[in-house]
Amino acid sequence: MKRILVGIKRVVDYNVRIRIKPDGSGVVTEGVKMSVNPFDEIALEEALRIKERGAAEEVIVATVGPADCQPQLRTCLAMGADRALHVQTDTPLEPLAIARVLRALTEREQPFLVLLGKQAIDDDHGQTGQMLAALWERPQATFASKVELSEGKARVTREIDTGLETIEVDLPAVVTVDLRLNEPRYVKLPDIMKAKKKPFETLTLEALGVAPRAQLKTVRYAPPAQRQKGVRVNDAAELIGALKQKGLL
Amino acid sequence: MSQNILIVAEHDGRTLSVATAKCVACAATIPDAHITVAVCAADAAAVAAQAAAVSGVHRVVTVEHPMHEHPLAAAIAPQIAALAGPYSHVLGPSSTFGKDLMPRIAALLETVQVSDIMAVESATRFRRPIYAGNAIITVEVLDGAKVVGTVRTASFQAVGTGAQAPIEAASPVAPPTHTRFVSVSAARSDRPDLQSAGTVVSGGRALGSAESFQMLYRLADKLHAAVGASRAAVDAGYAPNELQVGQTGKIIAPQLYIAIGISGAIQHLTGIKDARTIVAINKDPEAPIFEVADIGLVGDLFEIVPQLEQLIG
Repeated sequence: MKRILVGIKRVVDYNVRIRIKPDGSGVVTEGVKMSVNPFDEIALEEALRIKERGAAEEVIVATVGPADCQPQLRTCLAMGADRALHVQTDTPLEPLAIARVLRALTEREQPFLVLLGKQAIDDDHGQTGQMLAALWERPQATFASKVELSEGKARVTREIDTGLETIEVDLPAVVTVDLRLNEPRYVKLPDIMKAKKKPFETLTLEALGVAPRAQLKTVRYAPPAQRQKGVRVNDAAELIGALKQKGLL
Repeated sequence: MSQNILIVAEHDGRTLSVATAKCVACAATIPDAHITVAVCAADAAAVAAQAAAVSGVHRVVTVEHPMHEHPLAAAIAPQIAALAGPYSHVLGPSSTFGKDLMPRIAALLETVQVSDIMAVESATRFRRPIYAGNAIITVEVLDGAKVVGTVRTASFQAVGTGAQAPIEAASPVAPPTHTRFVSVSAARSDRPDLQSAGTVVSGGRALGSAESFQMLYRLADKLHAAVGASRAAVDAGYAPNELQVGQTGKIIAPQLYIAIGISGAIQHLTGIKDARTIVAINKDPEAPIFEVADIGLVGDLFEIVPQLEQLIG
């Protein structure tokens, strides 16, 4: 079966203005709206479109995290994923460990394509896809804004600093997606009901043979430096004057 | 104990990117740093000579292979992993080049990556932004693990030149053939580069069309400035993607940033926090951009921009 594996992460919702705990021990997540990482939603949308074009037969969505991640996986099933894999652990894992889990899942599911967001909007690491590709010894195409599949190959347009780069990779491959690849669909109520009947499997790290080792410890959380309050000017001439005064013109 | 640091050079085959000199600046803040720059290229001579001149560089290693004509992470990562044995740190810039490449290296070395290093507290302790820069964390790399890192280039001033580091050639390992370069559609521009320009004129959704956006190019030309854009302007097709400034675009630190018709979403502000002076021109006095602006001007950009152009002369 031609399968696509999509990795998703549960994160603090895009619209939430985060707060740091007063003792600097973390970010307040209690009572905060959680969502599927927006980049991962784009990855899932792309997988669904590929399947709808007939170029894939099954879309599997997977996450690694505590029991609380279930609603986000259900959302993905409601969007159209065929089944969900929840690798359940209460230990926060580093990207390399997540990549090892995904590597184990590629062994189990044999996907021809793994789609992931280019980064999670909480820790902003931007590592997991590339790490998976390395461990799997397969190609990577990061920051994708266009994915074209042909027999055994993918042609991917990537958003890079100097413009748009196109590369060709042999499949299977890992593709991480950028914002302009597509616009994810909205979930409709009947789909949420249907999603409840879709296969949902819970796995453990042990069953996948992954023993994570912490290599990085966060010792402090702090707010960013604030900029000083600025001034208002009334027209273009005053603006020019202010810039000249600062020696910028 | 001296820290042996390997920096992966970013270049276009001819010129060493300024991002590499910023990585050197970051590495030099690690106590007792001994800095080596690795140049992977089809023909490394020109770039290696530039790297050898960067102040603070002790040694340059070249790896030449025809596959390195274009910077493919799948091809470069095994070269760097093969060199990495004696190094305590392997660093690259937090550009799309480094973001693509460094995690692949970290995984080959089965070690941790610290992304977007903005400050060094010790050889194992670093500060980095999370949540689009809305929190800054201090992280400690544990148990003597090799540190792979990307350097947030906006946080460091490029070091100068004057060194005369020795250049050595290393033999390449055979890169994989499963990844092939096809093309790049880089817009050739005579304007200053967005990431290194002293002044940046940036436009948002309020410009309303690609035609109106041209007005910013005229203003930028008068100011010898680079042109940037908000995500909204890029998504709307007013400006190409490589001009995008913000969390998912470029993080920049110019002397002067002029935001025109940009409301100032958090994701955009992330990209400009390190600008020395921020000017905001927007018709909405409540726009969040004014919260970070050093100089704010409320008004119609279609009147103000031509006036500015005229006043600058």
